[in-house]
Amino acid sequence: MGGVRVLVGTRKGAFILTSDDKRIDWHVNGPHFPGWEMYHLKASPADPDRIYASQSSGWFGQVMQRSDDGGASWQPIGNDFAYNGDPGTHQWYDGTLRPWEFTRIWHLEPSPTDPDTVYAGAQDAALFRSTDAGQTWQELAGLRAGALPAGWQPGAGGLCLHTIMLDPQDPQRMFVAISAAGTFRSDDGGQTWRPKNAGLLSDGIPNPDAEVGHCVHHIARHPSRPDVLFMQKHWDVMRSDDAGDSWQEISGNLPTDFGFAIDVHAHEPETLYVVPITSDSHHFVMDGKLRVYRSRTGGNDWQALTEGLPQENCYVNVLRDAMSVDTLDACGIYFGTSGGQVYCSPDSGDTWTAIVRDLPPVLSVEVQTLP
Amino acid sequence: MIRVVLPAHLRALAHIDGEVTLDVAEPVTQSSVLDALEDQYPMLAGTIRDRDSGRRRAFVRFFACEQDLSHDGPDEPLPPPVASGDEPYLIVGAMAGG
Repeated sequence: MGGVRVLVGTRKGAFILTSDDKRIDWHVNGPHFPGWEMYHLKASPADPDRIYASQSSGWFGQVMQRSDDGGASWQPIGNDFAYNGDPGTHQWYDGTLRPWEFTRIWHLEPSPTDPDTVYAGAQDAALFRSTDAGQTWQELAGLRAGALPAGWQPGAGGLCLHTIMLDPQDPQRMFVAISAAGTFRSDDGGQTWRPKNAGLLSDGIPNPDAEVGHCVHHIARHPSRPDVLFMQKHWDVMRSDDAGDSWQEISGNLPTDFGFAIDVHAHEPETLYVVPITSDSHHFVMDGKLRVYRSRTGGNDWQALTEGLPQENCYVNVLRDAMSVDTLDACGIYFGTSGGQVYCSPDSGDTWTAIVRDLPPVLSVEVQTLP
Repeated sequence: MIRVVLPAHLRALAHIDGEVTLDVAEPVTQSSVLDALEDQYPMLAGTIRDRDSGRRRAFVRFFACEQDLSHDGPDEPLPPPVASGDEPYLIVGAMAGG
């Protein structure tokens, strides 16, 4: 078959965009689950036709879906996300203690090797795992029990676990990131966790270099170098060369280092992409211009990519899970916006075209390179 | 037979056209109707009431016989016309917007 399949989650349904390897002519399929918030869809690397999807609604809560035929059909799977044992409490904004309460799944991360194993990041922040293709879910409770300090409280965006990274070479190692908390690493398959935030500096928290409390927005890495991590923090773009033990800022000449999305070129481990957003009080791009910034030097030295992107009167945002890369020889870069556009660059960011322009606000974009 | 009308989103989720009919033993209550509904359509579990507490989700309402029964206890008998199947039990997604 070949080509690419782009899985797009929006505020009002999911869409599947497909093309051959030229990535010029696109077929748009959807909406799937119209009217529902589709926070994330992601396919199994071990079985490209298996796709997991998080479907939620303020009215009807969390539903999970699975497709075993590349999104042609779907079946509801387990949606019972029970916190392990006594769910415990965390501090609320008014200083009172509030029970941990499940709201939704923000992110799905299928195992690189087993199509039946998938991880799910929840609000209120917790990590769940299914080993039966999503029929049942179990919390990896060591994260909440061991890694979050007393007195910690969630950020205003919600108490969400939004990033999960599985190590392609070491099944015991994994990373997660939690809003207004930071990055956490497990070296024992998710049983125990340690904060990995040394080197992060954040305004807006009592101790700027606290061990926990940093609003990490997203983390990315190249699969060939699992110890090299790139982070878009609330403010600051960061990198770690030692699996999160220490972080250094690489914002360099970015016009603003606030943002959500970050990703790495499929074939160039030192080539990064971010979409700078004006500020945390202006959740739209700077100066009315939609610009992706690329660094070919692992950070610090950034180049604006603008060809094919609107350069006036544009005020969209690009959320943390709304950028992805394919693995074709000419690496394709994709991102979706709060304005409902999904852009593709088939040439590593040099030129861009909109695959679609008028979807509901885009929450997530994942791309599959099909065999 | 108990007649239940679901909101459009839940009909789509459960692949239901029109009303649902359920066999429910006496006494017919909110709990017994929802138990029967979730037995027949497991994908609806958690979408109408909380799995653990059994509490109605905040933006879901229960109407029947031109009454709002949302705040009735889960084990109170439903009105006789619902129990007899003359009137449907309406599960409604609350209106939102302006």
